[in-house]
Amino acid sequence: MQELINRAKELLANGTVARVLGWKAGDLPYNPEPAFFTTAEELDNFVYNGFCGANLSKYMIAASKLEGKTMVCLKPCDTYSFNQLIKEHRVDREKAYIVGVGCKGKLSIEKVKDLGIKGITAVSGAEMSDDAETLTFQTIYGDKSCAYADAMLERCHVCKGKEHMVYDELIGESKDTKDAERFAEVEKIEAMSPAEKFAFFQKELSKCIRCNACRNVCPACSCRKCVFDSTKFDSAQKANVDSFEEKMFHIIRAFHVAGRCTDCGECSRVCPQGIPLHLFNRKFIKDIDELYGEYQAGADTDSKAPLTNFTFDDAEPSIVTKR
Amino acid sequence: MQRIGVFVCHCGSNIAATVDVKKVVEMVAMEPGVVHAEDYQYMCSEAGQAKIAEAVKEKNLTGIVVCSCSPRMHENTFRTAAKRAGINPYMVEIANIREHCSWIHKNVEEATEKAVILARAAIAKVNLNAPLFPGESRVTKRALVIGGGIAGIQTALDIADAGYEVDIVEKTPSIGGRMSQLDKTFPTLDCSACILTPKMVEAAAHEKITIYTYSEVEKVSGFVGDFTVDIRKKARSVDANKCTGCGVCQEKCPSKKAPSEFNRGLNTRSAIYTPFAQAIPNVPVIDRDACIKFKTGKCGVCEKVCQAGAIDYTQQDEIVTQKYGAIVVATGFDTIKLDNYDEYAYNQSKDVITSLELERIMNAAGPTKGHLERLSDGKHPHEIVFVQCVGSRCSDNRGKSYCSKICCMYTAKHAMLIRDKYPDVNVTVFYIDVRTPGKNFDEFYRRAVEEYGVNYVKGQVGKVIPQPNGKLLVQGSDLLDNKQIFKEADMVVLATAIEPEASVRQIATMLTASIDTNNFLTEAHPKLRPVESPTAGVFLSGVCQGPKDIPETVAQAGAAAVKAIGLLAKDKLTTNPCTAKADELMCNGCSTCANVCPYGAISYEEKEVNDHGIRETRRIAVVNNALCQGCGACTVTCPSGAMDLQGFSNRQIIAEVDAICR
Repeated sequence: MQELINRAKELLANGTVARVLGWKAGDLPYNPEPAFFTTAEELDNFVYNGFCGANLSKYMIAASKLEGKTMVCLKPCDTYSFNQLIKEHRVDREKAYIVGVGCKGKLSIEKVKDLGIKGITAVSGAEMSDDAETLTFQTIYGDKSCAYADAMLERCHVCKGKEHMVYDELIGESKDTKDAERFAEVEKIEAMSPAEKFAFFQKELSKCIRCNACRNVCPACSCRKCVFDSTKFDSAQKANVDSFEEKMFHIIRAFHVAGRCTDCGECSRVCPQGIPLHLFNRKFIKDIDELYGEYQAGADTDSKAPLTNFTFDDAEPSIVTKR
Repeated sequence: MQRIGVFVCHCGSNIAATVDVKKVVEMVAMEPGVVHAEDYQYMCSEAGQAKIAEAVKEKNLTGIVVCSCSPRMHENTFRTAAKRAGINPYMVEIANIREHCSWIHKNVEEATEKAVILARAAIAKVNLNAPLFPGESRVTKRALVIGGGIAGIQTALDIADAGYEVDIVEKTPSIGGRMSQLDKTFPTLDCSACILTPKMVEAAAHEKITIYTYSEVEKVSGFVGDFTVDIRKKARSVDANKCTGCGVCQEKCPSKKAPSEFNRGLNTRSAIYTPFAQAIPNVPVIDRDACIKFKTGKCGVCEKVCQAGAIDYTQQDEIVTQKYGAIVVATGFDTIKLDNYDEYAYNQSKDVITSLELERIMNAAGPTKGHLERLSDGKHPHEIVFVQCVGSRCSDNRGKSYCSKICCMYTAKHAMLIRDKYPDVNVTVFYIDVRTPGKNFDEFYRRAVEEYGVNYVKGQVGKVIPQPNGKLLVQGSDLLDNKQIFKEADMVVLATAIEPEASVRQIATMLTASIDTNNFLTEAHPKLRPVESPTAGVFLSGVCQGPKDIPETVAQAGAAAVKAIGLLAKDKLTTNPCTAKADELMCNGCSTCANVCPYGAISYEEKEVNDHGIRETRRIAVVNNALCQGCGACTVTCPSGAMDLQGFSNRQIIAEVDAICR
């Protein structure tokens, strides 16, 4: 982390960048938050640890409009989102100085809490330089610990790999933390009967409080004006039409990001209700892979996306409906 | 708020017998915006249109809903009527209460309910309609004909005779198509080549016709009146300007093992070849897969013997880009593969052949020089069995559900010709039905039976079993006598179903012309617009649209030519104003719409916008109205909903859906 801070100070000092986009300590030991830094003093609050799950690429849409370059810290998986935004002309590559930061999997405080660790006052083992495989928590109930991997976000168990897709320089080592099948959860839902599926989604989506956190954090949901906020379409009313109202919001959102979603998992990470929203998107990705061949949004900036590109070998609609 | 008039048509009894039109009038009169509602027997008649004009005047209507037949039928009629009455034509909506309602319902109550719902949807849409104004686009006075068979040749000749430039693109080395492979033609029995060759020569000599053989359409962009087409001229390896067509190269070519496409693979040809003697152009091509020079680098015999120095091994494919106002598809047909029909032993015995192969065998220029003989041992056959409907009228999915239409007649022709030339040969035809609806067709068939003694058996062949003695045991049923038949035959001829040439799928996709489940190109209207594709500026000629014999093909070719000429004769076309438009304040500039636009109508501009007081330069989608065809692909792919289709906006469509679901 100190290496990152030093480098950020250097880049600010020599005028390469006008600001730094990273994370600063939050009000709790496990909730660092995205932050812009413009001075060396401010950078003393810079934090980078296992709880820095936030994908900073979306902030670069606004930062691309600012004077001068922004140093942005991107984890390997965040670079997919950044590439996708380049592809959609939403971020300016020239305005970004990308520091590819190391990652050994990001942590979920929900998982920690699920392990019965509560009342946390301090954490050790989450720092990026730390190779510890155990997390130790000081809690008001005494010291507790758990395996690092047990507290990882779901998305890190299906990690896309430790390679950064785009960067100017790399700081820190990354680990490939994949230890589960990417589509295993999707397959479980696919195996359900229609009635079970409906019940499953009704149960999950009924928890939604429409806080819009999933949408606001999603790098693919970066429209200037979201259809749900627009008076032009009456979509907002449509989404609220019955007691199971939130289904429309999430289903429409899944369609809107289909083929563009990089599976960064931020939607599920930020959901205060713990809805596994990423499963919708991952189902779409699975279908795209099966129907059009493997495709990873954001792996590059110039490939043609299967859903918005026609080729003579494209699956016929009849194949899709027969499945 | 619009002032809407609703006009409910009886369509004689077509609608009124199933839909309570008075009730529809009563119900729609209560809809928001409706200030006038009436019904009439024939809204499309002059009197009906006058009623619309009268109501517009009296009630100051700003929008019109006509509850009638499909908009494909009379939308234009009513738009024109509206225009005459002083209303923008795009303020007219049609509720299709005939095809979508009365014709498909029996119960009056249900049909009436649906008619009211459809009318409500149209009213909801008109409430959101805005006047639209068409623009103009230019017409390139040149036509492209894809396919150089009799259909393509006839279409090209007719268009060229009207004074317009025509290009024919033919993928094989010569024009002529399937007709050039036929021996005689029914029902007159004149020689196919004798009537086709003069047409080929005429096309080649016509000053307005350019023929690209051994060429394929590679890319099509643009729209009616202004298509841009890339044609790939495959490397012939022979300089057409130098070649004299002497044929020495073909004689001397040491590689003579390539199957002859023209003779359906029944014999072989040299690696450098013209498909047949009367080929046009009479310039050979080198089949690079068969040529020793291309395979091993050694040989070069043709180059040595060519007096004209026309052989050019270094020739490359060439792309010709040309603009066209109209495109005629004349890609023709092929016979189906018989892999699903093992019971006929086609793949097991050389003496089981398709009818098209028999054409080559009967032809003097064919593999047997016109002698009827068994391909297995060259012996003269004494017993020939013809099997009709092989793969046609098929009720399972092994073959085609349709009737191939030409087989009954050519089988009668084959039977007759064989009996005429070889009276010692017994000919038996197994048939489901004999279909002879054409001028002099039934007389022709009866001659085969009555004068030539061809033995017609109503029933299908179940199995053909090759025998150790070289004969073929044919097991069939005679439905009239209700008995099984076992017959030893020397040859079996299969009237194999025809299907559209395989390349048509790709061509249809390039042209955005629709095709049906059998790969036949779809016509704009099966009865009233049979030679036009639903895609403007694309016309259909010959079997690519459906099975046809030669006279029908030639007639359709002429009709397609007339339609193309009608288009080319115009200097300007009115463009459809229902084009896409981006909301500048909502556009993300993400390029997704441009990626999906099949017409290349969307580009991007750095534009200064004023977003509620915030002035900034943004990347924004701009639609070229001349190129946009209003397909709507961009509107559904746009993540923010910034892209909308004028006349079919998202709001209008949702309003319709809401009205239906109310």
